[in-house]
Order: sequence, then structure tokens, then C-alpha cells
Amino acid sequence: MIAHAIFFYTFSIIAVVSAIMVTASKNTVHSVFFLILDFISISCLFIMIGAEFLGMIMLIVYVGAVAVLFLFVVMMLNVAQQKNQWFAGQSTSKHIPIGLIISTLIFFEIIIVIGGWKYKPEIFDINNSLANTSVSNTHSLGQILYTDYIHIFQISGMILLVAMIGAIVLTFRQRSGVKRQSYIKQISRERVEGVEVLEVQSNKGVKIDD
Amino acid sequence: MIDIGLGHYLTLGAVIFSIGVIGIFLNRKNIIVILMSIELILLAVNINLVAFSIYLGDLAGQVFTLFILTVAAAEAAIGLAIIVVYFRNSGTIRVEEIDKLKG
Repeated sequence: MIAHAIFFYTFSIIAVVSAIMVTASKNTVHSVFFLILDFISISCLFIMIGAEFLGMIMLIVYVGAVAVLFLFVVMMLNVAQQKNQWFAGQSTSKHIPIGLIISTLIFFEIIIVIGGWKYKPEIFDINNSLANTSVSNTHSLGQILYTDYIHIFQISGMILLVAMIGAIVLTFRQRSGVKRQSYIKQISRERVEGVEVLEVQSNKGVKIDD
Repeated sequence: MIDIGLGHYLTLGAVIFSIGVIGIFLNRKNIIVILMSIELILLAVNINLVAFSIYLGDLAGQVFTLFILTVAAAEAAIGLAIIVVYFRNSGTIRVEEIDKLKG
């Protein structure tokens, strides 16, 4: 139990501090790295609490794909050098008290909801959780994911497909001056426009006009 | 304090959610940081769902977390594509300078 508490506090402190640094750091590249650290520590928490599959998926999907995508876009757009002054500019400083008030309000609302929640006493016992059953977390997730939730699963696959097509369509641009291979043009080429039989007279040669 | 229960995880989710909201409001840099704050908010929701799923012994929360992960990935891809197109057209993604809609 002590080890559980130690690991929980370690990873949650890392997660909270890096979440603060995501919003507060001046360099956008540093923000992306802190986001990666946040995802890693939260996935460690997931693995610790007993959701191993989600922890690993979070590591693969978020750290391996989404955060690297963010990093790629930040470096491609060259906004990292914009040393923007946080809390600077008179037109922007009026957002700060509003933002702080709203976010502290949301925080205390959530805390009040958590504090007022009535638990059954046996819920706190971690022994009745799924972690101690004979099948593993991944096995039991797969058993219900492909049977009970198969339609939602396929719809989420469609969402990913639509997102992929949308991202490609949005960022695709036709550039002029690029030589491309056109299969239609190649296949529909006739013999008449390709070769020509010439009568070559002696001592005159062939004059090719083009 | 030593006995880690459901409330600890929910509090962690609440803290990260609030930090994400603060990041959306206070951000004066570029839009990418706002997208990252939205990812933080989704992460807080995932923490809540997984904690409830483990402590209540119901796997539906973890399945929903999986779908939230999918939607978050799709949202990040589309959002970053929109940002790239906007940067290509107008040359800036600073928050104050994106005021074409005059909202």
C-alpha cells in the first residue's frame, strides 16, 4: 500500500507539473515535450491501477503518434522561435483574470461533486476490482470490445478513415511545374503521334522540325 | 493520505482538467498550444473514466476511453491540418492575429 501511494504521488506530481509547464512554457517545442512527459506519467498511472492495455495504447497512440505529429507541425511551421511574451500586451491581459476565475470555478465545482459523491463502502476495496480476476485486462477488454461494442468499434474506425481523408484533402495542394507521370496519357498514346516514317533521300539527310 | 482511493484519481483528473481550461484561456502564443490544452482536457476525462472503471469493476469505462482516444487522435490530425493550411494562407498562427471572423 505504501508503494502504491508513493508511485501514485510521484507520477501525479510529475503529471500536474508537466501539465502546468505545457501551458506556461515560452517555447512551443518545450510544451510538446512536456505534453509527452504528461502522457507517459499518466500511462504509468493507468498501468499501476490495473488498466495495462489502455496504458500501453496511450503510450503508443499519444506519445508515438499524436505528440510526434504535434512536434512535426511545430517544427514545420517554425513558430518555435517566436519568443512570445506570456502575460504581455495590454489587449491580452484582460483575459487572464477571467480565465483564472472560470478555471478555479470549474475546479471547485468538480471537487464539490467528488466530495458529495456517496460511495458504497466496498467500492473502496481494490480487491473486488477487475485486476484480480483470472483473465488479464487485455483479454477481458478484447472479449467485450469485439462483441458488445463491435458497432461502435467500427464507427470509430470510420472516424479515423474520415479524419485521414480530411487531413489529406485539406493539406493537399497542386503545384505547377512538377513533372508527373500520367498513366492515361501514356496508355492512350497512338502510333501516329509517336513515330513517323520518312523517305530519306541520299545526300540530304532528314530535317526534323519540332 | 496513504490509502489511495478513487477520490485521489478523480482529484488528479480535476486538477489536470482545470489546468487545460487555464491553458485555453491564458494562452497568448499560438493555436497549437490551445490544441495541446484540449488534449490535456481529454486526458483528464480519460483518467476519470479509467478510475471509475477500475473501482466499480465495470469494463465499459475502459472501452469508452479507447473511443475517446480514437476521437482525440482524429481531432488532433484534423486540427493540425487546419492549422497548417491557415499558416500557409495567412503566414501566422498567433492567437491575437487570427481575427478574420471578427468574433
